[in-house]
Amino acid sequence: MSSLNLDLDSFAINPHYGFQWEPAQQCHVLLFPEGLVKLSESAAEILRLCQQPTTLEALVDELEQMFPGVEGLESDVREFLNDAREQEWISPA
Amino acid sequence: MMPENKSGSAPLKGDEDQSYIPMWLLAELTYACPVQCPYCSNPVQISANRKQELTTEEWIDVLCQARQLGAVQLGFSGGEPLVRSDLAELIREATSLGFYTNLITSAIGLDADKIAAFKEAGLKHIQISFQGSNRESNAKFGGTDSFNHKMEMTREVTRQKIPLGLNFVLHRQNLHQVGEFLETAELLGAEFVELANTQYYGWAKHNQEGLLPSKWQIEDAERVTNEFRRRHKGNMDVFFVSPDYYDDRPKKCSNGWATTFITVTPEGDVLPCHAAKIIPGLDFPNVKQHKLSDIWRSSDLFNKYRGTDWMVEPCASCPEKKIDLGGCRCQALMLTGDAGNADPVCSLSPYHDRVTAITDQADGVFDLNEPVPLLFRNMKNAKQFNTDQS
Repeated sequence: MSSLNLDLDSFAINPHYGFQWEPAQQCHVLLFPEGLVKLSESAAEILRLCQQPTTLEALVDELEQMFPGVEGLESDVREFLNDAREQEWISPA
Repeated sequence: MMPENKSGSAPLKGDEDQSYIPMWLLAELTYACPVQCPYCSNPVQISANRKQELTTEEWIDVLCQARQLGAVQLGFSGGEPLVRSDLAELIREATSLGFYTNLITSAIGLDADKIAAFKEAGLKHIQISFQGSNRESNAKFGGTDSFNHKMEMTREVTRQKIPLGLNFVLHRQNLHQVGEFLETAELLGAEFVELANTQYYGWAKHNQEGLLPSKWQIEDAERVTNEFRRRHKGNMDVFFVSPDYYDDRPKKCSNGWATTFITVTPEGDVLPCHAAKIIPGLDFPNVKQHKLSDIWRSSDLFNKYRGTDWMVEPCASCPEKKIDLGGCRCQALMLTGDAGNADPVCSLSPYHDRVTAITDQADGVFDLNEPVPLLFRNMKNAKQFNTDQS
């Protein structure tokens, strides 16, 4: 699973990106220069917690408290964050 | 012109998807521009009369209405938007409404203090256009000696940590400069580079013979771009936008007519695509008379080519009709005489030979030292078109 090791200790949403709820689309979106993505509920839940600098451990802790008993949460979060890092949705903080 | 429906809740015509949202608003603040690009897509009948422009209050009202409709990406454009003295105020209002704001500019009129003021007002992204890859060609195609200033301003934008995109419009007389431009863009720290081939509307259509490149020029520029991408696996994204005329399937008009984009012109006319004004026989609703929601949902203009119901053959029965939605309405008009036809870029169009006739001509021998003269976009040159109209 080494490929899923996040290369960031502390991270947050890319300061150049905008994360917000869009009533017209009934979803959270991430806005960036000349583009936007609609976020799934789980992606939005994770990114909501990345609005301030955080760490993988802190993030997983918080999510486990919100969704107790969910299996494989840490590896799902890790996978999402690696994707988010690749797409520059999150950056070192 | 508008159906009798003040509720603004009339169903959208013509497609099963009833939930179109104008997510992108292009605010053309003014047609005034210090640059004279002969490939400008603005209408040739530009007016020097700035008295017709929407006021600050009217623009703020447009921004509020668009935001309520779900617009979230906002481009301040023109002309040159820096000509408007209320730009920082508009950026601030847009930011407080929840827009992600982009400034599309030539950088002429920009300085470090303005960049700081725009950033403070919430500006998220600046796109600076270059008219050439060096001082001489930038002056030649833009009609202004502005290269050094643009370089200085791109560095300043990067220094102030605002995401920077560069735009380089390509045509027959500068395609060979793509490599030089990419090297410059990387040195300047750009995060995005758009290599946009000229699309033939407005002034560009008038200058088509002098601007349309040959196929081998495009292929060569694409090769140089791909080599650059391979050599520099850095953080700079490079987009190469090919010219429609060399494709055999058309591109969607603005992601689909009246599905995603909404343009408001300097005087308040609302358009599904920024070139749509050339289509005859249409009324162009204005924000001074109508609510933006009524225009988006119920106007004849926005429903005219929305979805697929309006199509004629070969589009109507085409299995690909939802992929390209019949292509560009303006191109259909300019090359077939009817905006309701298939975009003749499509090889299935009965008028496709009109496109190949144009590209065949562009493939002819071309001497960079004796190019076809270009008509530059300025108020003096615009007069001939205004006279022709009256």
